Amino acid sequence: MSTLIEAKDLNLFYTDFHALKNVNLTIPEKAVTAFIGPSGCGKSTLLRTLNRMNDMIAGTRIEGKLTISGTDIYSQEVDVETLRKKVGMVFQQPNPFPKSIYDNIAYGPRLHGIKSKQKLDEIVETSLKSAALWNEVKDHLKRSALSISGGQQQRLCIARALAVNPDILLMDEATSALDPISTLKIEELVQDLRDKYTIVMVTHNMHQAARVSNQTVFFLNGEVVEYDDTEKLFSNPEDQRTEDYISGRFG
Amino acid sequence: MNIFHDANRKQIANRRVKDKSLHMIFLLATSVGIIALTVLLVDIIIDGWSNLSPDLFTNFPSRKAEDAGMKSGLVGSMYIMLILVPLSFILGVGAAIYLEEYAPKNKLTRLIQLNISTLAGVPSIVYGILGLALFVRMLSLQKSLISGALTMTLLVLPIIIVAAQEAIRAVPRSRRDASFALGATKWQTVSRSVLPSSLPGILTGVILAASRAIGETAPLIIVGASTYVAFLPKSLTDAFTAMPIQIYNWISRPQVAFKDLGASAIIILLAILILLNITAVIIRNKYQKNI
Repeated sequence: MSTLIEAKDLNLFYTDFHALKNVNLTIPEKAVTAFIGPSGCGKSTLLRTLNRMNDMIAGTRIEGKLTISGTDIYSQEVDVETLRKKVGMVFQQPNPFPKSIYDNIAYGPRLHGIKSKQKLDEIVETSLKSAALWNEVKDHLKRSALSISGGQQQRLCIARALAVNPDILLMDEATSALDPISTLKIEELVQDLRDKYTIVMVTHNMHQAARVSNQTVFFLNGEVVEYDDTEKLFSNPEDQRTEDYISGRFG
Repeated sequence: MNIFHDANRKQIANRRVKDKSLHMIFLLATSVGIIALTVLLVDIIIDGWSNLSPDLFTNFPSRKAEDAGMKSGLVGSMYIMLILVPLSFILGVGAAIYLEEYAPKNKLTRLIQLNISTLAGVPSIVYGILGLALFVRMLSLQKSLISGALTMTLLVLPIIIVAAQEAIRAVPRSRRDASFALGATKWQTVSRSVLPSSLPGILTGVILAASRAIGETAPLIIVGASTYVAFLPKSLTDAFTAMPIQIYNWISRPQVAFKDLGASAIIILLAILILLNITAVIIRNKYQKNI
């Protein structure tokens, strides 16, 4: 697996708080990478640097290098709108717009200038199919996205992210607000999507990381303690702190 | 042994008395307002109901009470609204979007914010004086329809800005995040996600502000709304009058016939106000269902 994302000596500060400390990390292409660690360890912060959502928080400062396919995403070369088109994101709470299911999916493509009804219809259908939601909603695309269940809403949000045709999909604890059955559906979906997309997920649930990811990164106090193939990290971690965390001694 | 025995009955009885008497005091407080309003309404309806006739809408003011109408006042108020509503909507919502979405959160914006909130509570006569100095004198617009409308726009602007800001602020952060994460620019996020969600609140604010403006008298007197206008304004710079001015004029005359005419005019003004408020409620309810 070739590397798609690479962080080199990455430091991030929220005003005075040093949230990411000298992060060095590579994330492989077309695979699932899970970020685990206790609350406040920096895993969500690093995820949000990948599509520059941290830019919106006043007082954020970044040092070091973060490249995606060789391009520094914090350099002048990259505009943030293009970056976010390429790096989609799904949030902790399902956050559909108070619009119809159709308009939710078409929101992204419309932003980027697609107007043709036929083209939009096509995108809506393929995106919903990719997110395994098409069969459940195809007969009422005009219904409000808020009328479907939380698990369906989250898959709708995945479909919405896929509709702008990203290469990378970021998932920020995307199942933590869902019931176990909905969670399972999303996990299965992640397995299906990893052939086509590079997926980076933050999870508070170690078992989820073990179930769905190819590579796992363990964070502690803003540092990357260890990252490795998921199987190796969970069965034979190198660092004592990783061992302590995955065996449930803290966290 | 009864488990209720050790309860402190005396203390409980005291609490109950307190509860009951406060209940009565609150009811009384509410009744004062409602009774006063009812008396006022009944009084006006007794005086004005019999005079309500189409003449009021079609006749110009006259020296003879039986011929007098408030056509010029009605049309004047309508023209003021036609200028005020779009103008204050654009300026008010524009300012609210800037302050909420674009402006950096620093001391300057906090100062501006404080000023706007204060301006919303400034007595309307002060706006009249401002309008007189700014529009009538400085910009030489004279005692005209446009001077009156612009003064009223200034008067309602802070109200609209505050209402629009609150509506915009009520849109959850997660909806903005969703839009930004798809690669939207700020304006795309504002126009496609934030504004559609906050429009009901904004419209409610605009309608309530408009209904305040339609009943305002003091600033119009100062910027020189005429009390006797027997023609309709044909251009923005023509002399004008408005409903509350007409009412003020009629009520302050010594003849009873004119006072009753004033009462009829008040009924019409109240009807318009109620209509505006109902519209605001309908808009709010209609859109709230979709959110």
